[in-house]
Amino acid sequence: MSDHNLAQRDNADLLRIATAGSVDDGKSTLVGRLLYDTKSVLADQIDAVTKASVDRGMDTPDLSLLVDGLRAEREQGITIDVAYRYFATPKRSFVLADTPGHVQYTRNTVSGASTAQLVILLVDARNGVVAQTRRHAAVMALLGVPRLVLAVNKIDLVENPAEVFAAVSAEFKEITGALGYVPDQVQEIPVSALLGDNVAIRSENTPYYDGPTLIEHLETVPNELDRGNVGLRFPVQYVIRPRTAEYPDYRGYAGLVSAGSVSVGDEVVIQPSGKRTTVAKIDTADGELETAHAGRSVTLLLADDIDISRGDLIASAADAPEPAQEFTTTVCWLAEKPLRPGARLLLKHGTKTTQAIIGSLDATFDEQNLALVDAPESLELNQIGRVSLLTAEPIAADDYSVDRDSGSFLLIEPQTGNTLGAGLIGDALESLKLSAPALL
Amino acid sequence: MTITESTDLQTTNASSFTTLDALESEAIHIFREVAGEFERPVILFSGGKDSTLLLHLALKAFWPAPLPFTLLHVDTGHNLPEIIKFRDEIVERHGLRLKVASVEEYLADGRLTERPDGIRNPLQTIPLLDGISEGRFDAVFGGARRDEERARAKERIFSLRNAFGQWDPKRQRPELWNLYNGRHAPGEHVRVFPLSNWTELDVWRYIAREQVLLAPLYYAHEREVYERDGMWMTAGPWGGPREGETVETRMVRYRTVGDGSTTGAVLSDATDNEAVLAEVAASRLTERGATRGDDRVSEAAMEDRKREGYF
Repeated sequence: MSDHNLAQRDNADLLRIATAGSVDDGKSTLVGRLLYDTKSVLADQIDAVTKASVDRGMDTPDLSLLVDGLRAEREQGITIDVAYRYFATPKRSFVLADTPGHVQYTRNTVSGASTAQLVILLVDARNGVVAQTRRHAAVMALLGVPRLVLAVNKIDLVENPAEVFAAVSAEFKEITGALGYVPDQVQEIPVSALLGDNVAIRSENTPYYDGPTLIEHLETVPNELDRGNVGLRFPVQYVIRPRTAEYPDYRGYAGLVSAGSVSVGDEVVIQPSGKRTTVAKIDTADGELETAHAGRSVTLLLADDIDISRGDLIASAADAPEPAQEFTTTVCWLAEKPLRPGARLLLKHGTKTTQAIIGSLDATFDEQNLALVDAPESLELNQIGRVSLLTAEPIAADDYSVDRDSGSFLLIEPQTGNTLGAGLIGDALESLKLSAPALL
Repeated sequence: MTITESTDLQTTNASSFTTLDALESEAIHIFREVAGEFERPVILFSGGKDSTLLLHLALKAFWPAPLPFTLLHVDTGHNLPEIIKFRDEIVERHGLRLKVASVEEYLADGRLTERPDGIRNPLQTIPLLDGISEGRFDAVFGGARRDEERARAKERIFSLRNAFGQWDPKRQRPELWNLYNGRHAPGEHVRVFPLSNWTELDVWRYIAREQVLLAPLYYAHEREVYERDGMWMTAGPWGGPREGETVETRMVRYRTVGDGSTTGAVLSDATDNEAVLAEVAASRLTERGATRGDDRVSEAAMEDRKREGYF
């Protein structure tokens, strides 16, 4: 990292991004290029890659080797598992989830995209929009990823790049429009990850394109925390009770402000009990705060002595979600073993884990045709479906479209503890279905 | 309740929330999740900068309550004496519990055999796993960061290990949203990495901001060292200097500390946090590339060790 980053990064904001695309469209090379061109790779790492490239008989360093770190990945020349990379420019720092393109690893794409504020979708200019592009774009829309970039890679390898880029862009616009994205949220960029065209450096080879380079776009795209649309959401993680001579009666509720903000004096409601109180104090190890915004870990002290424990939700009294035990949800199934009605699983929402019984599977999503298929018998690996379920204890959740953190949950196998499914509260599929006919 | 009269309350707004604030909040959130979900967590503490930072964040997460975790150190017997001294001082100052797993003891009673090259880092795995099972620890915090190495870039924040402590990169649990799944079967444990999303520069910037007290080895000082493979090694029972290697006095500092046989110092004039920060930011070498011999062994050295149960 170069000197200019020294003073800058601390004050820069953090953008969480992810990559997606199909196999061999050059994702790892693009990520290697992003790291290389932002000087986030140091000499010894480049030396190692150069040496490994020479050993493989190549005459230029293979930048994909900067990121494909596992033995099996290097053996097969593919990315197996999601990896996290870090790079920074003077304007912003980035956490990048680099996800695999193989169909059988779609669950990793879901993982990478669940926290992303922007996803870079790659296509190979020679192939244009393929099935995997449509599938990934649909998954991004479902997961509520606020912004998309389509990187039309290997643009140097097609004969009429201007026409190809225009055609691919138009097709992508149509798909994302049908999925509910507005033009402002989607940017198409012609790039060559191998040569570095339009990644960090504006290319002279693309006179037909007058938009930003990929880096320029990433630096300037609005960084919505997407946590500000609702009032306070504060899942209680842990009760801090020192019982020391200095703090004999201290009782603080530790947690992360997952949405909204909290100020001293605010009226709050504790769910599921529904009891109301006010915030007496917001504590941190560095002193008290007057207000804490989304993303900050704090400890709340309340005016009244109410029985509160891990798993409870402290929410703004004005718009607190109502506790419920029956839910319509959208589930991305991530396990080999299919999901069937009647399954007994654990559901983790915020800091609460409770038992859940799957009621019915109402529909699965055909990602290719952006259509719903009615009442399947089971939900298979990588399928997304509408699932009704019942929980043993009441849960106070928001609809996923309102808040990603408060609207998301995991489905866990009780015996092994494995994460089997990723869930969204509400019927996210319904809204996709409404807009999909434009495509069909 | 009125707060307008109060002068000692800090006013913050969303725009003053920096990258470091975000990383700190995330680490604190992870510590509290583990405290809420596990029976017997333990923090791996070596006295190095990452584990000192880990401890600093853990203390903040539970303030004003005492730290609800034990510390565990795997002592190779080849640690620099300054590090052991620093480790014991920190434990004393914060009134913590420290459990030491000693490689030296394993060598003495024959449970381990010294390697021909004398390097002890690979020998840590068995005492570590024994320490975890003897302590019945179910969550083990480590200071590893994903920016350190390609294999570590693939590591989850909550990483399940089987009874042999093994990591299987192909069978990792997906990690979604802010939801960490800490469930495990008896005998298994979960390794937890609260510093996953930090870079070396973030670590130094935060250390400077918070004035975290580190072992003095991290700052430039005059030291008797000898040169080996481009690294400046301290003479000691770990084998050195060999024939042809000359001890000389140099101004150096350590970027990482670990086993004395594989960890070297770099030439440096950086005597305080600001100077170190400037040096790290300008460096063209990673900390491991510069000073860790054990990662130079093969392209997959780190992955292979993790599969065996090492961090």
